[in-house]
Amino acid sequence: MATIELKQVEKKFADSFAVQPLDLTIHDGEFIVLLGPSGCGKTTTLRMISGLEAVTTGNIYLDGRDVTWAHPSDRDIAFVFQFFALYSHMSARQNIAFPLQAQRESRDQIARKVAEVAKMLKIEHLLDQKPGSLSGGDQQRVALARALVRRPAAFLMDEPLGALDAEFRESMRAEIKQLHIRQEATTVYVTHDQIEAMAMGDRIVIMSKAVVQQVGTPADVYHNPANLFVARFIGSPGMNLIEGKYVDGRVTLPGGSAFTLPNEYNAALSAALNDSDGKIILGFRPEAVRMNGDGDISARVYADDLHGGYTMLHFELDDGVIVHGRAGRDANYPIGTQLKFGIDPAMVRFFHPVSERAIFANGAGV
Amino acid sequence: MSDIRLENITKRYKDNIALDDLSIQVKDREFFVLLGPTGAGKTTTLRVIAGLEKQESGGVFFDGAPVDMLQPADRDVAFVFQQYSLYPTLSVYDNLAFPLRSPLRKTPESVIKQRVNSVAEILRISHLLERKTARLSGGEMQRVSIGRAIVREPRAFLMDEPLSNLDAKLRESLRVELKHIQKTQGSTSVFVTHDQIEALTMADRIAVLHEGKLLQLGTPHDIYDRPATAYVATLVGTPRINLLNAERVNGALRIQHSPLEVPTPAADTPDHVLLGVRPEDIRISSDGAFVGTVVLTEPLGVETILHVKSGDQTLLSVVPGASPVRLNEEVRFGFARERLHYFGTDGARL
Repeated sequence: MATIELKQVEKKFADSFAVQPLDLTIHDGEFIVLLGPSGCGKTTTLRMISGLEAVTTGNIYLDGRDVTWAHPSDRDIAFVFQFFALYSHMSARQNIAFPLQAQRESRDQIARKVAEVAKMLKIEHLLDQKPGSLSGGDQQRVALARALVRRPAAFLMDEPLGALDAEFRESMRAEIKQLHIRQEATTVYVTHDQIEAMAMGDRIVIMSKAVVQQVGTPADVYHNPANLFVARFIGSPGMNLIEGKYVDGRVTLPGGSAFTLPNEYNAALSAALNDSDGKIILGFRPEAVRMNGDGDISARVYADDLHGGYTMLHFELDDGVIVHGRAGRDANYPIGTQLKFGIDPAMVRFFHPVSERAIFANGAGV
Repeated sequence: MSDIRLENITKRYKDNIALDDLSIQVKDREFFVLLGPTGAGKTTTLRVIAGLEKQESGGVFFDGAPVDMLQPADRDVAFVFQQYSLYPTLSVYDNLAFPLRSPLRKTPESVIKQRVNSVAEILRISHLLERKTARLSGGEMQRVSIGRAIVREPRAFLMDEPLSNLDAKLRESLRVELKHIQKTQGSTSVFVTHDQIEALTMADRIAVLHEGKLLQLGTPHDIYDRPATAYVATLVGTPRINLLNAERVNGALRIQHSPLEVPTPAADTPDHVLLGVRPEDIRISSDGAFVGTVVLTEPLGVETILHVKSGDQTLLSVVPGASPVRLNEEVRFGFARERLHYFGTDGARL
């Protein structure tokens, strides 16, 4: 088990930053997810932790030991890749045993450990098959077993489910998380899929353009995004963001409808917005939209779609902005219907239009 | 725009049967989705409609008239593919104008200009008209591809997974755009996808295909609420429906490897059934009839997925918002009785 610490770690390729100076402490036993679109620096960060990529500056500590310049094999970390990377000429059993043989463990010990990990991953019956005859999900289970069998101090996983189809991804995601709960091994997991990140992470590190945007629990990043990028990136669809104008405790929205602010925001907003001419961005999740008829934001139904358990409504505001609202599964609003909706005031968040950062009631964040 | 009818279509590739006596009717102005896994026959169906494939038997009719003897170009349908097929050296404007400039059509440039501008506005790409398509993002390119299809007002649009190469956020927004355009233009559209969310959210009606056969045809509500087979039930909905083996014991359906049981729905219910329970129909509540242990929680923000173990069965439940339930906590839960699904051992809905 291990604590991993990154101190002012940065990576430059030629003149451009792949990762801007980054500080992060990953606690012992924690499941941490590095999340972001492609090119954001998440995989580079993972590779620096593993030692496959050298840092440009900064230090990496494993349980307090400086491993910045240690060889990957001296870091006691196991890497699971997106592509199964199994040896096709070996059986599943031989594939799993391989890292132990490399460590010159005894035959009995190897057999015992392989049996143990196979049982945990429910692949005992597949041990004598070659990878080519296994399904994608089973191949990934074997790859996981091979990583787990040597009981490393930490696991690094680079989109291990990325190549699987949707239904497998969902069940494998639960299996990996349950495995983590049983083993409590420190895990750093890279994905571009925000649903995977929310479902699996104890904490999520959201990156964009080589910069960490926010570090927080799934609830933090969902309910209190630090900036517009996080607000858009988390959630499907992301947070609704509409521009308004703040005057004396009220926000006027395009088209003239107005919205009264929760009181505790007034001081923070007046202070934050003196350089933006009163312009402000309101953010609210689709489930904050209220359709009970006493709302004051006028809109036109743009599209409505059934998602099975619920309906997602899409409204067009007078300036063409599209807003999403979540409604019951039997909601029925024909396209073009004019209506008014409200927003649950407790679920509204505010962002500065220039800095794009969140403005919280206590004034933090600007 | 047209209605499209396929009558008893059979199509083989060598020994493989791609379409097996398939009959469907797409109504005029309908958004019709073909849903199924790889190899189900979705794309073949689309290509038969377009005339790009010739069926062994059966007929294709547009507005009641057979089109089997017509070449693809004469069927007047527009195809949108997964891979955008744009001319990289031409501007967006010229790409959009291209289908109208066909020598067969002889459309005057003033009309072309009007059409292109109006399509660009619908697709929100007016600001890109002068740009070369090679310099567009993936989402912009796919908008232009769609624009090129709708610019000439064909009898029908045939779309083959047009969103599947885009990232999740773009897919979401283009899904909404496409649906809006289809509904406001009233264009007959046949849309192929393997993505159940696309099918549920966009379709007026869905045809579920599997190995060249039609398993079910219905509205998204029909498919989700009354799946014809256990397989269809698993195909739509995330997380997936819980499918539980149950047997009839003393007037109750007892769920295998668990203490769970529900009343037998009907006198003629067979001895062995598959019970289907959608995750949102498992309600966590202190007055629930069953007891289980939460072995995993997945907080997705808008909702939380709870994995609840009862006996040796693990059930997935979805609850709105954040759940106060902790790992390893014991919870009581119940099923929404009126929303249970019963399937025979052959998978057919009872």
